[in-house]
Amino acid sequence: MYSLDITLEAVLNGLLTGAVYALIALGLTLVYGVLHIINFAHGALLTTAMFAVWVAYTFLGIDNYVLIPFLAVIFYALGYALQRFVIGPASHGDDGNILLVTLGISIVLENALLAIFRSDTRSLTSDFSFEVLEVGPLLISKPRLIGFAAALVVTLLLWLVLARTDTGKAIRAVAKEKLGASLVGIDVRHIYAVTFGIGCATLAVAACLLMPTFYVNPRVGGAFVLVAFTVVVLGGMGSIPGALAGGLFIGVVESLSGLYLGESLGQIGIFLIFILVLLFRPTGLFGARA
Amino acid sequence: MSLFDKTLNRRTLLKSGTVAVATIAAPSIVRGAEPPPVKVGILQPVTGAVAMDGEFGRTGAELAIADINAAGGIKSLGGAKIQMIFGDARSNPEAGVQEVERMQSEGVAAIVGGFASPICLATTQAAARYDLPYIVDVGVSDQIIERGLKNTFRFAPGFGICTKTAIENLVRINEAAGKPAKTIALVHEDGLFGSGLAKLMQQELPKHGFEILETMSTPTPSRDLSNITLRLRSLNPDLVIPSTYYAETVLLARTMQQQRVRPKAIYAVVNGAASNMRFVKEFPEAAEKIMDCNHWHDPRNPKNEDLRKRVEAAGKQWNYNVPLNYSCVGLLADAIERAASADRGKIIEALASSTYDKHLMPYGPTKFVGGQNQGAAPVATQVQDGVIRVVYPETYSDAKPVFPVRA
Repeated sequence: MYSLDITLEAVLNGLLTGAVYALIALGLTLVYGVLHIINFAHGALLTTAMFAVWVAYTFLGIDNYVLIPFLAVIFYALGYALQRFVIGPASHGDDGNILLVTLGISIVLENALLAIFRSDTRSLTSDFSFEVLEVGPLLISKPRLIGFAAALVVTLLLWLVLARTDTGKAIRAVAKEKLGASLVGIDVRHIYAVTFGIGCATLAVAACLLMPTFYVNPRVGGAFVLVAFTVVVLGGMGSIPGALAGGLFIGVVESLSGLYLGESLGQIGIFLIFILVLLFRPTGLFGARA
Repeated sequence: MSLFDKTLNRRTLLKSGTVAVATIAAPSIVRGAEPPPVKVGILQPVTGAVAMDGEFGRTGAELAIADINAAGGIKSLGGAKIQMIFGDARSNPEAGVQEVERMQSEGVAAIVGGFASPICLATTQAAARYDLPYIVDVGVSDQIIERGLKNTFRFAPGFGICTKTAIENLVRINEAAGKPAKTIALVHEDGLFGSGLAKLMQQELPKHGFEILETMSTPTPSRDLSNITLRLRSLNPDLVIPSTYYAETVLLARTMQQQRVRPKAIYAVVNGAASNMRFVKEFPEAAEKIMDCNHWHDPRNPKNEDLRKRVEAAGKQWNYNVPLNYSCVGLLADAIERAASADRGKIIEALASSTYDKHLMPYGPTKFVGGQNQGAAPVATQVQDGVIRVVYPETYSDAKPVFPVRA
């Protein structure tokens, strides 16, 4: 056993990382909730966003936090176009096809990144990455704290957009009843693309928040997507508060199992939970329907 | 099948026939033209996780080949030049093996390199199928030379020698300082290199009165070492011994600095970063006073200073892989010289009986037993005021150890 403040710090580390996991899961859960598809390109899109942050920081000298709004807009546009002009038309209305199209996009993206950047692992090397905030006996990493706060703000914003705006209402309407929504005059194809765009924008924000403490190589997205899937299943498919709670929980589980079982076995806790949730509560903690 | 064989045979026949005719027709001997070059495979991982080390290795090998050719090539073969056939092992064993196959098809006389243990294990075996002489540059896993492969020679020390020397050096340094260090935490990467090393140290260190508080493993690549650092803070060991590759060591040192974990010393064993100039230059504070028992050039050999200047003048960085690969290529050229042939069997024989002493490492003349160079040994280095110094043994040192770093 470890002393209380060591355990406490591990829990805190987990919460901070978990908020970013939640942000990544948010895009996945939103797309699932509205389009009813699992977006297999999620990981590859995250990797693309992380490379964008790295390129902007390393070659253009743009701070990763300053980049957030710009990259979010760019990725919104990218996501919108991807759904509107590639995934939507290629699927011909069949969900099975959408699955394959997103899988195809992920393969294309990953290999394009591999061709451009090769398989080297890269990271931002700024002194800020290791700055800490002292709170009593705890030393809290500043970039992670910022990541935590920003992830919460984005989640709140997204929730407000869905709850209060017309577009939000339209998105919820399409999620509930596609045919009904189109009958009252909602452009379903447009709403699909908007949702996919929002999903990509959350990835862009997550990438900006992750890069100071993380590294990127063309296959890095896979690690996050597995975690994000677990978060989505745990929180309930399509649930925003579920994604947040699930993300924070998974972060803590990963951190504690890393502390007690060792770094090599750290991820075991996550997948154990994944299996347990599927066995005993397949709708997830916040899921309304199966 | 039979048709295929016939076609192949006819083609081979035609090809070799053409070569034979061309050889007879070419009046090279009459005109005194250059003898055919000796092709040498240089295999390094220059992309992927350990790309930086592969690049160092390539630099060393290229410089050695340039120097040998400039000095008149292989004299016993009429001044034949060495031609480099480069292969990128892409930081994984499968790619390494593919490159060995390609080098074989291009007709190399021998291969030098490999760097990482898993790559070397696979590539030496692939080369053994063709009786292709193979000089391992770094690959510290002792399995590499314990499989009885006749073609495989390792110029540098392996796990066994490194750990033994590292422990001996640590015991001497600790004793000289009045035994301030008693408890140890081991941090190792969970692959072949780190795990093997940790296992040996777990067996050996307690025999010398050290107490191992905990052994922690971490995958390569690791993205976060907060948990390991937290455990270190909780354990508060006198010594931390990390056996990890570059990125993880840098991450560990910086996270320890961030979390204010300050052991009496960090004594790395065959570490990827602790004796790497890039680490020292980019994060001087985190790197200061870190010790490492590792491959390093002989600082008292003036040839190293010249080579280092040439490397830096070319805008490249200096690391132990540079003089090590320079020496490995020199060793091979010496063997080809004495074999007076590019024949693989003869080169293997010449390597086995080699007593090469013109290398740049702190080893003495080579003497191979079962493929391992017996004189090879690591030295203890320490980062002192932003410079990597050899602090032990005294015969090669250019500074005294600062130990313990803090009481």
